[in-house]
Amino acid sequence: MGIIKTKGLVHDFIRRDEDDNVESITTALDHVDLDVKEGQFIAILGHNGSGKSTLAKHINALLSATEGTIWVDGMDVSKEENVIPVRKSAGMVFQNPDNQIIANIVEEDVAFGPENIGVPTEEIWERVEKSLGAVRMTKYRNHSPNKLSGGQKQRVAIAGVMAMEPKCIVFDEPTAMLDPNGRKDVLKAAHELNKTKGVTVLLITHYMEEVVDADYVYVMENGKIIMDGTPREIFSRVEELKAHRLDVPQMTLLAHELRQAGLPIPNGILTREELIEAIMKVK
Amino acid sequence: MSIILDKVNYSYSEGTAYHVQALKDINLKIEDGEFIGIIGHTGSGKSTLIQHMNGLIKATSGGIYFHGQDIYDEDFNMKELRSRVGLVFQYPEHQLFETTIFDDVCFGPKNLGLDKKTVELRAFEALRNVGFPHELFYQPPFDLSGGQKRRVAIAGVLAMKPEVLILDEPTAGLDPAGRDEILGLISQMHKELGITIILVSHSMEDVAKYVDRIIVMNQGSVMYDGVPKDVFRQYKELEAVGLAAPQVTYLMHELQEKGLPVDVDATTVEEAKESILAAFR
Repeated sequence: MGIIKTKGLVHDFIRRDEDDNVESITTALDHVDLDVKEGQFIAILGHNGSGKSTLAKHINALLSATEGTIWVDGMDVSKEENVIPVRKSAGMVFQNPDNQIIANIVEEDVAFGPENIGVPTEEIWERVEKSLGAVRMTKYRNHSPNKLSGGQKQRVAIAGVMAMEPKCIVFDEPTAMLDPNGRKDVLKAAHELNKTKGVTVLLITHYMEEVVDADYVYVMENGKIIMDGTPREIFSRVEELKAHRLDVPQMTLLAHELRQAGLPIPNGILTREELIEAIMKVK
Repeated sequence: MSIILDKVNYSYSEGTAYHVQALKDINLKIEDGEFIGIIGHTGSGKSTLIQHMNGLIKATSGGIYFHGQDIYDEDFNMKELRSRVGLVFQYPEHQLFETTIFDDVCFGPKNLGLDKKTVELRAFEALRNVGFPHELFYQPPFDLSGGQKRRVAIAGVLAMKPEVLILDEPTAGLDPAGRDEILGLISQMHKELGITIILVSHSMEDVAKYVDRIIVMNQGSVMYDGVPKDVFRQYKELEAVGLAAPQVTYLMHELQEKGLPVDVDATTVEEAKESILAAFR
């Protein structure tokens, strides 16, 4: 079994009026099956409202399933006694950096997580040191988080999660509120965690360019997984993605347009280098 | 001409240890009917600049003229300026507060002191102009999707009947479909209503696709001001200040270096496609 596995996972949001009568039911997750192997870098794509964030909250035991089961690191999330261990093994980074920073000093903010799970003081400082180093924020350890940029705050939030040493981290649109430089830094930090520490990463995003380097991609719509595969497999299906009103990376789109116009360009181009190579071969 | 900025300077916390000069000697002329993009990394002065244009921030020195009138004159009507130069802030949906969508859009014109009938007519027209479905007019705004909420917020500014509409990162946080929707709407308002548009954006691809003129801000100064092709030709200098040209620009430059006769000024996917196909004809 992989580190995260779901089987027939369903989540209904039920709205009730004042008299407790059911007003409406919204199915946010509709029989989702996925299996994530330890150490993978996974991307989840989809529109606002497609169920991505609901799925993320299940991985962290913040929501409980209406139907179906989810296992994190082999533990059934629905069992009361597993909730705390599940949250220790799956960390989460949210969209808005301002909503997840609580301390007045950067290093205290990073120490908050490990302190809460009862790590001995000596070890907390070791972990803070390591985590800040990993996101390249050691320089700012004694600063106030208020004076940091969005990207820097987000990296502090990542360090805070890392310091709890989870096996897996879910990033829920971590770059949506950042400028291009902030986005690059945060993504780089996520990839480094995955490569050097072997942390399993689940990246939820709607920036297609961020997906290109993932090991595997799931595409969600209306609470269902509608496509899955490697980035190359997914982005060779340009027309299908367009029909679901999803984007494709600009280079993939250009390659597709050129192929449609009759140039012999192969399917599934992801990067600028690949497209240049393909175009130069045409001659 | 609609707005002129003459040697505008602005400093925060002057005379204290936190003194920051946010704008330095800004000279700009904004003509009626232009579609302008303002780019620059975080902290480059973009937001400070646009807040000067409708008088929300007062310049430390220098002058601003709206249709030839000095906006810092004692008898200048600042309230009128703010209705004629509309500003849509970042995440404008956070500012929705009324119980129904229609009431929320009425709020602006109501504050202009117009009579009830005119206010409602304007709200109706504004919601129609942003393509908002009629059956949702009297629903609470809080159940809408992000993109729809943003439409309502833009309608709220449109109902003031501005001649100039300034939007601060109107697509931040939206998914690709929501982004295309909002940008399409803005471009349509520019074409059909003849409103001057000033768009602050982080996305070079969006700017390349829509605007006629780009103003690049860096450390409080105007670094470049020109048509997209001319500005993106400076892609190496843009990179040095933490910006970039659209990805297509890089592709075209590299193809040319490898000997393919393509147009390096192409900035959109369509232009690049035409140019590459032409090179093989």
